[in-house]
Amino acid sequence: MSLLWLRFALACYFIGLVYAFVALSRTSDLFARIALHAASLGMVFHFVSLVELFLSGQVVWASVHNSESLLAFLSMTFFMVIYAIYQTTSPGVVVFPVVFFLTFVAAVDQQPVLLTSFVSHKGWLVAHIILIFTGYAALVLSFGASLLYLLQERRLKAKKPTSLISFLPALEVIDQIGYRSLLLGFPFMTLGLISGSVVAITTPTIGRVDFLDPKILLSVLMWAVYMIMVFTRWNSGWRGRRAAILASFAFVAALAAWAANYFSAIHRFAS
Amino acid sequence: MRYQLIGVNHKSAPLEVRERLAIPEKRLPDTCRELTAYPGIEEGMVISTCNRVEVVTHTVNGHADLRGFLHDHFHLKPEELDAHLYEFREKDAVRHIFRVASSLDSMVVGEAQILGQVKEAYATARAVGAVRGQLDQLFSRAFAVAKRVRTETAVGSSSVSIASVAVELAKKIFGTLQGKNVFIVGAGKMSELAARHLMAHGCASIFVANRTYERAIGLAQKFDGQAIKFEDLYATCDRADIVITSTGAPHAIFRREHGEQFLARRKNRPMFFIDIAVPRDVSPEMGKLDGIFTYDIDDLQQAVAGHIADRRKEAELAEAIIASEVEKFEARSHTLDVVPTIVSLQDHLETIRQAEIDRVRSRMGQLTPEQEIAVEALTRGIINKVMHTPITALKSAAKESEATTVVDVVRRLFNLQIKDKDAAQTPAKSDEVGTRP
Repeated sequence: MSLLWLRFALACYFIGLVYAFVALSRTSDLFARIALHAASLGMVFHFVSLVELFLSGQVVWASVHNSESLLAFLSMTFFMVIYAIYQTTSPGVVVFPVVFFLTFVAAVDQQPVLLTSFVSHKGWLVAHIILIFTGYAALVLSFGASLLYLLQERRLKAKKPTSLISFLPALEVIDQIGYRSLLLGFPFMTLGLISGSVVAITTPTIGRVDFLDPKILLSVLMWAVYMIMVFTRWNSGWRGRRAAILASFAFVAALAAWAANYFSAIHRFAS
Repeated sequence: MRYQLIGVNHKSAPLEVRERLAIPEKRLPDTCRELTAYPGIEEGMVISTCNRVEVVTHTVNGHADLRGFLHDHFHLKPEELDAHLYEFREKDAVRHIFRVASSLDSMVVGEAQILGQVKEAYATARAVGAVRGQLDQLFSRAFAVAKRVRTETAVGSSSVSIASVAVELAKKIFGTLQGKNVFIVGAGKMSELAARHLMAHGCASIFVANRTYERAIGLAQKFDGQAIKFEDLYATCDRADIVITSTGAPHAIFRREHGEQFLARRKNRPMFFIDIAVPRDVSPEMGKLDGIFTYDIDDLQQAVAGHIADRRKEAELAEAIIASEVEKFEARSHTLDVVPTIVSLQDHLETIRQAEIDRVRSRMGQLTPEQEIAVEALTRGIINKVMHTPITALKSAAKESEATTVVDVVRRLFNLQIKDKDAAQTPAKSDEVGTRP
């Protein structure tokens, strides 16, 4: 049943995906409103799907598909918070495709793949997953904002008359969205890593933690890039191209850290 | 559809004529009353703005002497006024009102003010009972059409002067201009105008630097700003988010290294340079820096031209919307025109039927229930068959703009007495306007 709700959500997110592509070429307030309503409806279905999953009583949060679903939902929540503050749907250009992709993968009918390791502290595990995914969602949004910043900066520098009729919000607004997402996401990411470490250390089956494990290395790398981004922004106000490069690097690092789940010894998804 | 409109606008009449026709706001109610008291006019309202004075009416027979009304009201001779007047009737009057409300007939196409002005004129006329059924329908539709034009086209979305383009660009960079600082370098008229626009949109403070310090002080005082000595320009310029520069310097005064310094001191917060000097004050190299946005006079003019072209393109779309809306409105009005005739015809034939049944009943005595049903069915069947052809003719005439002729024929053929449609629609208000002859 949870999967059915998720597919309803996917159908709604599809409208958002179409909007994301259309918005790149032309402005349409009507379509933006339709996409927003569809996305809101999608979130309701998505929430029901997640609640049903939770009530099913299994520790399935740690499965690949369910965690992708959770990440998609959190990204959408961030998007909606930003819409409530700034009244702009333009981050959807990046967020909608990411959310659609994550939900699509999660909604494909496959048996959940579970963590093989036995976990003795379920509370820490749940905290770890929610915190780290909130951090990921913030990172997705920050990455999206930095791309939009570049796009808007180019439009303004191109000095084409039509550049004034654009769906993008003002440069400083995009900048604020990116920076605030970054600031908000950083503590979540940090606490997520700490709680993950607690789970690793206190789980007897893992035994001695290998610090050269790819999952640990990549996670630390991702966190370091994240910290550099926050620091450079705070210290010297890096924006535009440099910020976008860093954000892309952090995003790739995050993807790598995610992919490490498939070959890490201590943090592994397996059938 | 007995609408009639007469008026002058910025295209048909020079300012001196428009000035003589302008009606102050407080005199509008009296003018509306006077208008509806004029022979042949059922309803009327007056739109009076700085660019137009228009009298919109719904008349008794579509041929009211609106020129006469203007001559009488403004005490003007025909030769003084008539050459500047335009007059529209029926469908053309509807189209004109739709165009005016949608700001397609404005001096600056797409400006938003006109719709508000038309709404005010409508409210004033309505308050004194000069606008009732027919003009009410027309203007309610005109407001809906204006909204549609605004939503479905971008006719009102771009501004057209250099100063307003500068403001729009600044907003694209900074979002809101609240709290932003402006720096004027070189005290010229054009930079003063741009600064005035920016301040009107919420900029917080203004700095002025000029080679002649006294002129800087003079301009700074106008804006309650701060004069800066020219030699302190580079040390203070980074305090501004928007720089308007228009010096007569023979070479660029802002170069790449200056831009780098400013950005470093501002922690890379963006800066917007409006360079209206010829030759340019800002080097193109500086404009390439991340976070520095430079628009010179050509860029600004290109943006203005682009806006005008955009508007022209959008105005074509808007005209298409208006054309289809006029057709819809006309079709609806004609349908409304034939409805009272159809109702009267039905009433008339029903009265005949009832009278004939009563007559037969008095001759034949009490009928059995079965006989009653049979007589009812028979007479109704005959009446319906008789009515079918004229009603069909009326309905199809309504669609093809021949309603008035066919309505007249049917009325004469059946000797129909039609109640006053407007009085029937708005019985309460018709009593208020009792001054009409």
